[in-house]
This record gives sequence, structure tokens and C-alpha cells, in this order.
Amino acid sequence: MKPARFEYHAAESVEHAVELLTRYGGDAKVLAGGQSLVPMLNFRLARPAALVDVNRIPPLAFIREDNGTVAFGAMTRQRTIEFSPVVARRLPLLREATRWVGHLPIRSRGTIGGSIAHADPSAEYPAVLTALDGEVVVQGPRGRRTVRPAALFETYLTTSLAPDDLLVEVRLPAMPAGAGYAFEEFARRHGDFAIVGIAAMVAREGGRCAAARLAAAGAGPVPVRLRSAEEILERDGLGEAALEAAAARAAELVQPDSDIHASAEYRRHLTRVLTLRALKRALGVTKS
Amino acid sequence: MNDVTVRLTVNGVAHEGRCPPRKLLVDFLREDLKLTGTHVGCEHGICGACTILLDGQAARACLLLAVQADGAAITTIEGLMTNGVLHPLQEAFRQHHGLQCGFCTPGMLMTALDLLRVKPDPTEADIREGLSAVLCRCTGYHGIVKAVQAAAPLLRAASR
Repeated sequence: MKPARFEYHAAESVEHAVELLTRYGGDAKVLAGGQSLVPMLNFRLARPAALVDVNRIPPLAFIREDNGTVAFGAMTRQRTIEFSPVVARRLPLLREATRWVGHLPIRSRGTIGGSIAHADPSAEYPAVLTALDGEVVVQGPRGRRTVRPAALFETYLTTSLAPDDLLVEVRLPAMPAGAGYAFEEFARRHGDFAIVGIAAMVAREGGRCAAARLAAAGAGPVPVRLRSAEEILERDGLGEAALEAAAARAAELVQPDSDIHASAEYRRHLTRVLTLRALKRALGVTKS
Repeated sequence: MNDVTVRLTVNGVAHEGRCPPRKLLVDFLREDLKLTGTHVGCEHGICGACTILLDGQAARACLLLAVQADGAAITTIEGLMTNGVLHPLQEAFRQHHGLQCGFCTPGMLMTALDLLRVKPDPTEADIREGLSAVLCRCTGYHGIVKAVQAAAPLLRAASR
């Protein structure tokens, strides 16, 4: 099918985009990479009165490393992230997760801000944002604010952003040097949305676990931070028994739903199996 | 809902057209520019038949509005042959039976071209993962993988 009619605006600046969004009062959609929005337009599942295209706002695409934080302009393409030396050095978990996002031709266009604002719970970037406890910068009619993942993701495809808010930046804390990491995912075919995905980071100090970070994608209506599973590792270390206990706890922490792709029970099972797999592989790449 | 002007370069030739903003790039290429080599399959970014190069990078032409390509340089399947000679990748598809009905072939070629630029010396697993971006309903994947494997050293040599 083809999209229904809409008015098209190429925003010239962030302020211009917010002004347009305010003018349409919830009846406009932001066009970022378009890899999720345009299919919905083509199927007429979305019929907005207007599209506000933010692709022509040059200051929205950048990767900046600053004081232990890596900041991404919302329109930074997934493909740029995949090949960025800064990301390879400071956020190898994000780089690994990126390879699970669709396929290369999708990543040519898809953006980090679009993926997070779309809030598909089975998507990889929202899980990485949640695991690393980053934040997003949002601009609305009354200025800028930052929002943490716990306050951002509300349910399936729904964030706390108002219709005239524009997500402009994503900030992730740089991973500690030598930290182990892994993104494990199960999907029926490569490039499909995850049935379950697990983002894991482990920082080691001698035999001790200095910090663990875990989040699940596809295991509920929002990405799930697996904090009490992390705490098992931080308390009991990184032996086989602790890893298995953390994986078992992870499966208790998620509230998956059943759908056409998988039952809730199967998703819970995958959460345990993939958490264990991710932790083992993360340990394999740690340096302490 | 006024029409918009789209100026773009396709296979090195400058074009200008006017169309409604809702017109997809793939339909603009096929209907307005009469470049029907790029195929329309699923229209939601899954099948990959409409893959083109946008400023050198593979992208789905069904997930781009024509107006978004204003100012861009596009390469389509029609741009691969030079002076009546098949591109080495096309020649490899011919040699290795990399096509049956041909519907997915333009998307396969454009996707493989981008893959070989990013990974000039791919393993078979790299090729299979890269080509998972395009669906072949004849399921002729084996010949397609062989064709891309055969083309890789030729393209490496050509880029030296």
C-alpha cells in the first residue's frame, strides 16, 4: 500500500521542529530514519496530518566523547555507530548490539534517537540505554530536560514524551576500560526483532565483580533493567554458581507477554538461558 | 498537500520532478523516471527488492519518501553496466546461476555491492548474514552466495 496524504515539513532547526509539532497538537509525526514509521505509513496504520522531517537538521548528527560520557545526536545513523572508532573504544556493547539491528541497508537510515523514541520493547538500543543507565535529552516548547530510561519507557511503543517534545540527544556513560560485554539475542531469522535479547556488561577487579549491568529486550512491555540479578554478581562474584543464580533471578524479574512469536513461558526461559550465555561471553572478554 | 520539487542524480544523470510528498522514492524512480529495474516487493522494508544506493550506502527505496532524496546521488541496478559490459558482480551472478525468476535480483546486487564495500574479503557466513537483508522466494540462495564469493576478489582487485 501507499501512505495516506500528509503535509510535509522539512524542519530547519530543533526549535522549528518543536514549533511545527506544537502547531499540529499531536497530529504530526517526527520523521527520523523512517525504518519503523514509513512501514506504518505504507500500511496506513499511522495516518498523521503532517510529517516533521528532522533529517535536514545538521546539528542533530554527532558522536561526542566528553568527561566519561558519549553523547549521540538523535539523528546519528546506526551505521555510523557501527563503524565509529569512539563507539568501538568506549561503548563496545553498543557496537555489538548495533549488529543485531535489522540489516545493513536498514542501519544506513535508522537512527539512535528514532529507535529509542519508537520504544519497541524488543529493540536493541532501548535495552542498551536501560542496561547502561544512560539518559536522553528532550527539547519541548518550554526548553530542554533530561530523562532517564525508567521515566522514559511507559509501555509498548509508548514513551513519556509529549507530542511536541523532540528527542535530541542520547547520552551513555563510557564503559570502564577492560569491562566485559555481550549482547545475546534470539530471533527466528537474523535481522528480525528479538524474541528476547540480553545486554550485559561486567567490570572485574581481581576476582571481584566491581559492577554488573544487565537488561532484557522482548521480555515485557518495556526494556527491563535486571538490577537484583546484577547485585548477585556484585555480592557473590563471578563464579559459575553466581552466574547461574543471576540468570535464574533475571528470569524471575521479567514479566513477558505471550504473542504470535512466543509464549510468556518461553520468553522467561530464554531470559535465563541468554543471560547466562551473555555473562559467560562477557567474562571471556574482561580484562582486570 | 502541495507537490514538492525533487532534484536528484540517478546513475550520474541529474533529474528533476514534482510529486506529492507521500510518493515513495521507489515509485518516483519507477513511475516518474521510468527506471523500472528497481522492484517493489513488500513495501515495508522486509523483502529488500527495492534496495538502491543512496549516497553510496544501501537503503530501502520503499522506506524513503522521494522528497527525502532531494539533493542525493542514487545508484540503481541500471547504473551497474558500463558501455554494454556487465559489472563484475552481475557477471558473477550470470556465471554462478545467482538468479532464477529475477525479482529479488536488483536488491541482491545492490545489497551485495554495499556489503563488499564494507567487507571486501567476506567469509561465507558474512555473505549469508549480509544477504539475509533480501528475500529470494525461489530460494536460490546457494548460487547467489557463490556469485558474491566469486565477485569479491574481482572487486578487490578493481579497487586497488
